Amino acid sequence: MSARAKPHAFVFWSAMVLIVAVLIVLPFALTQIGTTWVRVTNLALLYVMLALGLNIVVGFAGLLDLGYIAFYGIGAYTYALLASPHFGLHLPFWVILPIGAAVASLFGVLLGAPTLKLRGDYLAIVTLGFGEIIRIFLNNLARPVNITNGPQGIIGIDPFRVDGFSFASYQKFFGLEFSGPTKYYYLIVVLVAVIIALNLRLQNSRIGRAWEAIREDETAARAMGINTTNLKLLAYAMGASFGGLAGGVFAAIQEFISPESFVLVESIMVVSMVVLGGMGNVWGVVLGAVLLSFVPDILRFTVQPVQQWMFGRMLIEPEVIRMLLFGLALVLVMLFRPAGLLPSAVRKRELAERAE
Amino acid sequence: MDIFIQQLINGITLGAVYAVVALGYTMVYGIIQLINFAHGEVVMIGAMVAFTVINALAGSGLPPLVVVLIGTGCAIPVCVLVGYTMERLAYRPLRRAPRLAPLITAIGVSIILQHLAMLVWSRNVLAFPQIIDIKLYNIAGATITNVQIVIILTCILIMVALAALVYRTRLGTAMRATAQNPQVAGLMGIDINRVIAATFAIGAALAAVAGVMVGTYYGIAQYTMGSILGLKAFTAAVLGGIGNVPGAMLGGVVLGIVEALGAGYIGTYTDLCKISGISDWLTQRCANDGHFVLFGSNYQDVFAFAVLIMVLVFRPSGLLGERVGDRA
Repeated sequence: MSARAKPHAFVFWSAMVLIVAVLIVLPFALTQIGTTWVRVTNLALLYVMLALGLNIVVGFAGLLDLGYIAFYGIGAYTYALLASPHFGLHLPFWVILPIGAAVASLFGVLLGAPTLKLRGDYLAIVTLGFGEIIRIFLNNLARPVNITNGPQGIIGIDPFRVDGFSFASYQKFFGLEFSGPTKYYYLIVVLVAVIIALNLRLQNSRIGRAWEAIREDETAARAMGINTTNLKLLAYAMGASFGGLAGGVFAAIQEFISPESFVLVESIMVVSMVVLGGMGNVWGVVLGAVLLSFVPDILRFTVQPVQQWMFGRMLIEPEVIRMLLFGLALVLVMLFRPAGLLPSAVRKRELAERAE
Repeated sequence: MDIFIQQLINGITLGAVYAVVALGYTMVYGIIQLINFAHGEVVMIGAMVAFTVINALAGSGLPPLVVVLIGTGCAIPVCVLVGYTMERLAYRPLRRAPRLAPLITAIGVSIILQHLAMLVWSRNVLAFPQIIDIKLYNIAGATITNVQIVIILTCILIMVALAALVYRTRLGTAMRATAQNPQVAGLMGIDINRVIAATFAIGAALAAVAGVMVGTYYGIAQYTMGSILGLKAFTAAVLGGIGNVPGAMLGGVVLGIVEALGAGYIGTYTDLCKISGISDWLTQRCANDGHFVLFGSNYQDVFAFAVLIMVLVFRPSGLLGERVGDRA
């Protein structure tokens, strides 16, 4: 973001105030339609967190990661194991969330270290394999010692709780009604805001510029004195830690997790969000995540009735339509708008040069 | 029964199939340096089409071999069409784009194919009709089935034919020239687009055959079967040296054997009861059960990925590949 892009201070701040006001009122408005929609919004916000985390790896550092959902899973399982009847542990959430993020970033480094030399498509396949390995382990680590409880998953996970205040229960404050999802919503919005701020600050920092240099030309970056090894590992670790954090929140909201939630399709969904929104552009990625994460629910409420009305029964499940749309989105975006809906300035320039 | 020989036979059969699929990856990669992520889905479509045809003809009284051949004969043109279409629509426009772009469209194409197949063939596991009488033969204390023999022989035949195509025909020469340097090949009068389309078509035809073999070997097909198979075949291609045709064959067989032997023995070697003396707790547990297996054969799929990661880390050029420098 150069000085040119900076809007007038007054316009900027009034826009900010407006956005914050909308975000505060949103859950109450949604509750009017149905509490489900607050839940859906929460999940969408988790996808925003995931997409922002992946954006660090893919968008900033240019390392395509197709196994990103593994970190989400690692975060979720860390939370589940430390706060559920499964091991009888019930640590408070503010202790576990950082642990989950740390464990995920450790795995990020574990994945990154052997793959440092790889570029582009090779890296993509290895990360995909890594994601699958994690899923296979989650599925099978029920024997001989029951760690993950296998495909059945872990139930009865603790919601977030501070003393007597539980995020999961219904409460009344100042005459306003707060349902469980609404309370989580505010927590997640704050987390997302912090992550967005972090991302924006990162992008223009010394680290962010070094990542950009690595993405554009790794050899040149090294020649300029950038420690490419450490910076790539840092990208993996940071990206993974956001995934781990989101996973912890996910486990607490759902109060149940199983390996089913951390399959390849989910990784691809997050990649689609980043690609559709615009790799490397924080706001683009947020837009991409919001658009794509509402698709399944919008489809459920539109496709079903339309098909009922037209054919008298459901021919194509919304789930399938969703996946077809994702696939189509990936292809069409790459063909016609390769930098995404909101392209990052650098990507745009780069693509313009290549086209000549 | 000798477990080692048995697993070796199973591994070679599986590896032969991997090799045929890997050829599709390696040929495309060799020419345009694209990992055709959707190749596994083409295999799946081959298996599905063959399933439909074989299912329809199962009661017709034709000899089983003829039925399977007709199934294959129908699967090949469908797969070639799919392969050609995907090259034309999703990859050709991106030939000059940054390398991440075609990879992402490839993922998109793969999702689309998978779910279209689901719409056509449902999400159920489809069981192939049992039309072939399985005959067992004894070799060195292990058994080999007639299906396994046919699969291995077919694969050898395919490999020989492909080697002849690549090294003996005009098309093969054009393919190798394009792989070396597309611009210069173009200047020499080679229609590069046609060569690339032909490569995709040949790869897809091989995928169709592989799909039929996998389907008849396991007796089942499902719309999700392509992705994991594709990934393993890709591993085989990398193991042998991507872009290298004999390498893909070698890589496939080696990977198949590693996987089969790994799955056969991992349970035995990670049974902690073998070392039960080292802790009281372990001794007690083993007294009850007799086995304390850390990793069972359900970890089979991990082997392929572990091999892939190791090869890429220690020898990115693969077993037979030349140094590719920046490419990896």
